[in-house]
Order: sequence, then structure tokens, then C-alpha cells
Amino acid sequence: MTALQDSLIELIRRTSADIPDDVHQAILKSLENEKKGTIAESALKIIDRNIALAKNKSQPLCQDTGSILFYVDCPVGMDQMAFEETAKDAVRAATKKGFLRQNSVDSLTGENDGTNVGPGSPALHFHQHRSPEIKVRLVLKGGGCENVGAQYSLPNEKLKAGRDLDGCRKVILDAVLQAQGKGCGPGILGVCIGGDRATGYEYSKKQFLRTLGDRNPVGELDELEQDILKTANELGIGPMGFGGKTTLLGVKIGVANRLPASFFVSVSYMCWAFRRQGAVLNGSGGIEKWLY
Amino acid sequence: MIALTTPLTQESVLALKVGDEVSISGIVFTGRDAVHKYLHDGGELPKEVNLRDGIIYHCGPVVLKDENGQWKVTAAGPTTSIREEPYQGDIIKKFGVRAVIGKGGMGDRTLAACEESGCVYLHGVGGAAQVLAECVKRVRNVYFLEKFGSPEAIWELEVEGFPAVVTMDAHGNSLHREVFSASQAALADRL
Repeated sequence: MTALQDSLIELIRRTSADIPDDVHQAILKSLENEKKGTIAESALKIIDRNIALAKNKSQPLCQDTGSILFYVDCPVGMDQMAFEETAKDAVRAATKKGFLRQNSVDSLTGENDGTNVGPGSPALHFHQHRSPEIKVRLVLKGGGCENVGAQYSLPNEKLKAGRDLDGCRKVILDAVLQAQGKGCGPGILGVCIGGDRATGYEYSKKQFLRTLGDRNPVGELDELEQDILKTANELGIGPMGFGGKTTLLGVKIGVANRLPASFFVSVSYMCWAFRRQGAVLNGSGGIEKWLY
Repeated sequence: MIALTTPLTQESVLALKVGDEVSISGIVFTGRDAVHKYLHDGGELPKEVNLRDGIIYHCGPVVLKDENGQWKVTAAGPTTSIREEPYQGDIIKKFGVRAVIGKGGMGDRTLAACEESGCVYLHGVGGAAQVLAECVKRVRNVYFLEKFGSPEAIWELEVEGFPAVVTMDAHGNSLHREVFSASQAALADRL
């Protein structure tokens, strides 16, 4: 086994079992804010206990270990095909160890071969940069929250949403309303304004690589992020949709250019069990430092 | 916290109301998309699986075999229940199910079946796979493992102190319906 494969197995283990600190802090804050003695508070207490147990036992935070999404920043000249093969081997090994559930099903036959490797799984997004280091980030996104994602085409007459930021606000908040607790709230939204149907969703998911505490450098997007977060938390949907004060833990919005004819707003919902981790690798594939 | 033990009696189920926190002990059978579709299409349950006065758990656990060849559940939170809405009501009535555990709640057909046959919907904490796996004391058996794969198989689990909240009771009340209406009205005020 190569150092790179070891590193990727460790990345998968950490991502699956150990919630990033920024997300944990946001959950603790929401636990503090929730009204005492409510079922919302009970749910958040169980969530907090679950975070500690998963970490201590090195076992999945959630049994749905999700779609396996690698984001790799690599130097010019790196062999991407070799990296992909190693990543697939790491996924097979991590599945055998129980860091990942046998979670990938042939869509035609319904067969689950138990390896998590097949067409589209794992998904790898490579991006070249002019630096000798390899940065690899991993997001594991469960199916419950993936199912409540939504894509809107503006104008949307029913929601009275036009092709402007107010229209974007209306459809994003509609996505929160429709999701209720079904995506395992309190959740985190990744949004893309623009793009086409495929890139819109792809960019919306890339927003999950940002930390919850960061602020959008674009003024109007920062304002929209803060506004959606505040408004969503006034709706009373609460953890698990039980009612309560915390419906969302964060909102991250990016933009991509669109065609004159299209105006998509793509909303990806991430559950509280936000599994995101990343590492900088050294020349031999070992882990130099963790990114989150 | 109200203690529930399987087999559930009609009386104990009818006494539950929306918002009650319960702690479940006894036997639960997992069943999700493939099992529900199969049963709804007229498929038969293995003879060892008796759902009468029992509990169906919408869950696809992570299960490993330990060094002695014993199954061990290492992650076992609920999966989204609404996908079973086309099937659940009929299955509750046909098999005499007394409680369904899942997450996210279910719709009007299931709510009507709960009222008609004396059944409740119990909401587990979604994503709390480790806390809930700790409540699984033993895997008693597994059915349809080859046919449906591990997450979709019927796992017969012995649980102790499994926490959940009644979000749909046997009297036509649904917390999900209430929260949806209230949040919809709150949003309308903020647009």
C-alpha cells in the first residue's frame, strides 16, 4: 500500500467520524440558544453526544456515509489517472473497515456490490494550480439532505420571484420551507446563482468547502447570506423539524455566469452531520497538515 | 420519557400523543425502500418476521461481522421516511404494525392509517447513528441480505432505551403538518 493510499484512507476515516470544529461550534451555540426542556433541545443534545461518540469510536457520524466527493488541487504534471485509481482503492479499503457504508447501487439492476466504486462513485474534481503541493478535500454528502436540494428557474411566477436578488431570496427561502426537517436540520445551505443545470448544482456544493464562520467577500452576497440565515431561523422549523430556534447553521452563496435565456438558482442542503475534511499532502503522498 | 416495550399494546399506542418523548426497548425490524416496495407488490415476509404489534424501523445500518462471526451494528440512524408514503399505510394495516420509526415525518395516507389501525410514527434523531447504534444490543437475524443488499435488508434488532419523539399519533395529529403551516405563515410575513 502506498503512502498516498494510507493518507486517503485516513482522510475518509476522519471525514466520516470527526465533525469539523466550525460545525461543532455552531451546533453547540444552537444548543445553548434552544429553549430548555423542548424536544428541539433533546434532539440537539443527542446530536452533541453522537458527535463525541463517533469521534471516540472512529465510526461514522451518520450511517449514510453519502456521495463521496473529492476535490483535488494538484500541481501541473500530476498523474490524475493514477491518483483516481488510488482514491478508488482507498474507498474500497475504507468500506471494508466500516468507515463507509456499502452505499453505492447499480441504478439499472439495483445491485450493490459492496465496494462503493462504480460509475460516478467516487466523484473526483481535479483543479490544477501552480504550486508543488497537493491539496485534497473530501465531502461525504448523505442522501436525505441531497433529496431536499432544489433548483429554481427564474422568473418563478408561483413564488413571485423575478430575475434579481430578491427573487433569489424568495426561492432560497422556499427551499428551506419545503425541506422542513427532512434533510436532518439544522442544515447548511450551499447556493449557486447562475450557471447551467449541471454547473449550478456543482458550484452550490463547492460552497460547502468554505468554513461556517467565513464571510462572503462580495458585499451583496454577504448580505444575502446573513439575511437568509436570520430569516430561516425565524421560521420556527427547528432541529429535525421539531419546531425551535435553529433551522440553519449557515448559508454560503456563490455566483456563476449564466446565459441570457437562463437564470437558475441551485440550492444544496447539507445536514447537521456535515462531513468535510481536507489535507495538504507532501511529495511522497503523506499528510503534511489538515485543512479544517 | 415514556417507556415502550415490544410487543406494543393497542392501549399503550393510543395513549401516546404528538410531542411525547419515548424510550423503546425490545425488537425492531428494519425495512426501507426495497422492502416496502416488495411488500406492497404482494411479496411475502419470511415466516420468522412477525410485524403484528411490532415496529418497523426505516434504517439502513452499517453492520460488520466481528472476529467471532457475529453481526455488529456500528451505525444505525433513521433514514427519510417520506419515500415510503406510497406503501406505508397499506403495510401498517395489512401487517398490524403498531409503530414506525423514521425521520422527516410522513403524509396524510400514513396518518390516516395510523388513526384507523392504532399506530404511531416515532421520529428518531436523523444522523445520530452512533447514539442509536449504542441502543442496539444484539442483531438477532437478517433477512433478504442477498436479495436487497445490506442497507436494504430486514435486520432484526434487539434495542434498549432507543430515544424517539411521537410526531404523528393515532388520533390524526401530526407535528409535521403543524410546523409546516406555522413556518409557511411565518415566511409569508417575511417576503
